[in-house]
Amino acid sequence: MAATHLVASFYIDDLLFGLDVTMVQEVTDGVKLTPVPLAPPAVRGLLNLRGQILTAIDLRRSLQLPDRPADQRPVNLILRTDDGGTSLLVDRISDVLEVDDASFEPPPATLRGRLRELIRGAYKLDGCLLLALDAAVVVGEIAAMVADGDTRPS
Amino acid sequence: MGELDAFIGGFVIESRDNLDQVERDLVALEQDPTSNETLASVFRAIHTIKGAAGFLGLAKLGAVAHAGESLLSRLRDGQLVITPEIASGLLALVDHLRCALATIDKTHAEDDADETGIVRDLTALQEPRRLPHVEQRRSPSPEQPDQSGGSLRVDVEHLDKLMNLVGELVLTRNEMLEFSVVGQNPGLSSTSQRLNTITTQLQEAVMKTRMQPIDCVWNRFPRMVRDLALQCGKRVRLELAGKETELDKALIEAIRDPLTHLLRNSIDHGVETPDARGAAGKDPEGCVSLRAYHEGGQVNIEISDDGAGIDVDRVRQRALERRVITAEQARVMSEQDALNLIFLPGFSTAETITEVSGRGVGMDVVKTNIERIGGKIGIHTGAGLGTTLRIRIPLTLAIMPALIVTSGGGRYAIPQVNVVELLRFAGEEAAGRIEMIQDAAVYRLRGALLPLIWLETELAARSRADDVERLRQRRAVHVVVVQVDDCKYGLIVDDVDDTQEIVVKPLGKRLRTIATFAGATILGDGDVVLILDVLGLAIQANVRSAMSEMSSFRVETPQSAPDDAHALLLVAGADDARMAIPVSQVTRLERVQRSAVERSGGRRVVQYRGEILPVVGLTELLSERRRRPRRGGPARQAGDVVEMIVFAKDGRRVGLVVDRILDTVEHYPAHTLPASRRGVVGSMVIHGRVTEILDLDALCAALPPGTLVAGPFQEVTV
Repeated sequence: MAATHLVASFYIDDLLFGLDVTMVQEVTDGVKLTPVPLAPPAVRGLLNLRGQILTAIDLRRSLQLPDRPADQRPVNLILRTDDGGTSLLVDRISDVLEVDDASFEPPPATLRGRLRELIRGAYKLDGCLLLALDAAVVVGEIAAMVADGDTRPS
Repeated sequence: MGELDAFIGGFVIESRDNLDQVERDLVALEQDPTSNETLASVFRAIHTIKGAAGFLGLAKLGAVAHAGESLLSRLRDGQLVITPEIASGLLALVDHLRCALATIDKTHAEDDADETGIVRDLTALQEPRRLPHVEQRRSPSPEQPDQSGGSLRVDVEHLDKLMNLVGELVLTRNEMLEFSVVGQNPGLSSTSQRLNTITTQLQEAVMKTRMQPIDCVWNRFPRMVRDLALQCGKRVRLELAGKETELDKALIEAIRDPLTHLLRNSIDHGVETPDARGAAGKDPEGCVSLRAYHEGGQVNIEISDDGAGIDVDRVRQRALERRVITAEQARVMSEQDALNLIFLPGFSTAETITEVSGRGVGMDVVKTNIERIGGKIGIHTGAGLGTTLRIRIPLTLAIMPALIVTSGGGRYAIPQVNVVELLRFAGEEAAGRIEMIQDAAVYRLRGALLPLIWLETELAARSRADDVERLRQRRAVHVVVVQVDDCKYGLIVDDVDDTQEIVVKPLGKRLRTIATFAGATILGDGDVVLILDVLGLAIQANVRSAMSEMSSFRVETPQSAPDDAHALLLVAGADDARMAIPVSQVTRLERVQRSAVERSGGRRVVQYRGEILPVVGLTELLSERRRRPRRGGPARQAGDVVEMIVFAKDGRRVGLVVDRILDTVEHYPAHTLPASRRGVVGSMVIHGRVTEILDLDALCAALPPGTLVAGPFQEVTV
């Protein structure tokens, strides 16, 4: 019998990404962000979730893609991380999908750049690819950027 | 055997307490062998342990205690006099008993270790003139659960939960205050005021439950100092002051290791050998003193020794050798900056790495540990005189008052404890008074040069060159004068809002290393606001040179006295009498139109920033006991404007009206004359005039009832 598991999927532009559903605590939008000066550009700001302060990381910026248009509001994917405090900003939320482990493939050698650094691989779905995001890398990078002083003004 | 278990539990607790006392007593006895009472007390304690051990069937423990008791009996009867060897033997007994108790506590049975050795040693000590070398057979047991006084043992986890809940309550209370001001609903208003007061009191009460005296850490030190001194061949006297000073439990644990290390350093490297000291004309016995006290919302701990001091040149040399600094920096570096180099990793100028304080991993680890709990450490030294280390730790990590400011479209919180004063000018005036020295902006504040930073510029990481021009464009310029340690500067912001109590939340792991921010908080309207780290900002803006980076020019701020007294606000009361108030107690200084002071229900109030502020006059509060009126002095001002000092008590603000606000002083004599009346802490001579130091807390207690709304009923004194 094939092993499957559930993946929460979401879009950045027309790239479809997925995160293990156990990593996602909840989804919310319309939250106000407080910018953090001197933080890496990927850190879009801080948000208040029922009294808890979370750090919001814009996946577009992690991927070094241009910012979304001003009238398009991002969606917050609240992650369950070890320090319990991260939100991922994405364009659109999609369905929770059941994926077949057998359909997983590591990133091809020809794929370079930021996308390759941030994904673990891809699931081959009917008609499209679901890119498996490596959340630990996305979040972990921030610390390295801060340490390097990579803090271009946001 | 349930009953016996309960007995054993109680026996362990009681014995541990007794052994702590025995340890202290033994060290004291060694200094003063004639104290019969102390000796009797030690004997009783060991005798009790022996008896209980027998009752509980703990044979080996009983045997060891018995051997100790026999030795003590001879001392008590005068057949023996306590010598260092005997003291060491008895201290080894204490260690052994502690170890044994640790096992008994866990397993309710004795361990397998052999007790015959220590019994033999103790027996041998009973013979005068035979001086066996008493080894430490068992090392002292590792960290025991804290046994400090108190009749209830509570799981620390429960207190943590309680603290979190109180934190959330404070946040919710803040939100509620917003609604109650805007809404104008009187019933809601008074209810939320009550909620406000209760929350504040609850917060204080919960914080108190977690507070423990620093003696929890210090009580082991006399023994440790004694052992270390012996080991190093030195004579050291330990003086403790302020051991009842209280700290949050988490902080107590966090400073245990740093303090221990610093103490070891003092004895190992600081204090010289008795011969060296004698040759230098010093008392052969060195003195190490630990001092703890509260000041300005922080706990200060000072460790001083009267040893040889630190050779700053050698530190400088070492840093040069290790390429930590360049030759040019070494040449330009000030004494204090060179001294601070010892906080860099891997630094040790000790010629020999001794067993006692180990390699030079010490000082930077100490500094990191202190800073991790939000504290700061500073060092002063004098060649041949000694060294002092001062540690400052915030009293509570979680909740503190902060000043909210606006800058560049965002709001930020500045810890009230760092705020010295607030200045405001019209833009043109500011640009005129700000001078540029190279590319550093400074302002002349009452004769002293104050470095200035524009917060917006620093946070946007943009060039400072255009700042002066930008200033000129502004209508009004607000400067928050902040200070941390001996670093003082002015922070230019767009607007100054209010002082609020905020719950400090740490930034996520990833962002914690941004030096400029100390954390974040949620204000009453739900907005997340960053908390500024005043020192981090100073380093970032090169107002204070960082460890690894030196700017070629530094503005010289006046040397503050090593005792770093807090600033006093000087005011004039009736008949030009001089009074002073510690600036740390003051929230703001304001000038109010005399016509704005209204009467409401028999009290004077003024509308202040959206709230009704009760106002009291200084003269009506202090009882005048002078027999004859003071002669001379300028007539009382009858102008349009009154000077008001706003301060906060129990979450409520009160305005204190004085005749004139004169100045702020930072340097004043250390000694005070005792208080002559209620409401006054003492008096001293400042600027040639006798000045009384006001006690704002006592004054609050003397306010007319109901002035502080919903507070407990106050006594009236006129």
